[in-house]
Amino acid sequence: MNVLVNFLIGFFILCGALLCLIASFGVIRLPDVYTRNHAASKAATLGVMLILLGTFLYFFTLEGHVNSRLILGIAFLFMTSPISGHLINRAAYNSGVKLWDQSIRDDLREYNKKMLNKSSVD
Amino acid sequence: MAFQILLNIVLAYLWMFIKVSFDPVSFVKGYLFGLVVIFVLRRFFRSRFYLFRIWSFIKLTLIFLKELLLSNIAIVKIVLKPKLTMHPGIFALQTNLTKDWQITLLSSLITLTPGTLVIDISEDNRTLFVHAMDIGEVQDEISGIKNTFEKAILEVSR
Repeated sequence: MNVLVNFLIGFFILCGALLCLIASFGVIRLPDVYTRNHAASKAATLGVMLILLGTFLYFFTLEGHVNSRLILGIAFLFMTSPISGHLINRAAYNSGVKLWDQSIRDDLREYNKKMLNKSSVD
Repeated sequence: MAFQILLNIVLAYLWMFIKVSFDPVSFVKGYLFGLVVIFVLRRFFRSRFYLFRIWSFIKLTLIFLKELLLSNIAIVKIVLKPKLTMHPGIFALQTNLTKDWQITLLSSLITLTPGTLVIDISEDNRTLFVHAMDIGEVQDEISGIKNTFEKAILEVSR
């Protein structure tokens, strides 16, 4: 039982660290802001969550100490990181950062043009 | 829903006062008996029995976790591929949801699904603009996923 739990802790923490590493690779490799944001806002979230979960399990099994702050940290991260990814993307789009040249469609530009026309007519 | 929970707590306290034993065990007992009473009297409430709603909320959370895992696998695959062969793009997605919290929840779910990220929401709250990592092949599949999400969210708020 104890061996199994130790294995689980190691698995969680290593997986989390690996995911964070891959997320940072993605931030270096991918071509534009939006695709980079995909990597940063998803892989890094799950990575940090897994590391926190491993830490929680470690203190719970070895010291018998339930650290509820770690659980709260996981919940807060889960709620806030998609929103922050969305806000960064939105700010980038509104300040005119271009998409990668192999992007194939952009419905938002047409929508913005339409709204602009409508407001100038009004 | 909040009214039913409050009523259930009041019934649990009533049980504690009847039994003259003020400990957590009798609170839990009273809560369970109150649950049975509320279930029997459920047709007198305007909203449906609240355990159903809590159950659909739990289902939504499980969907959230599953999608988070799948999206990470997808991202890892794309990042570690030797050549960048995807075709990113922005597409518009019509939604039937009306309340603000529903739309926030839907856009968070979309952001955590494989290869999609919400960029903007139109001013009339009808259209979400989603940036997709690989738009050609996944759009049908994605719209299928959206339908399940929308259904799950509507299930919670019903």
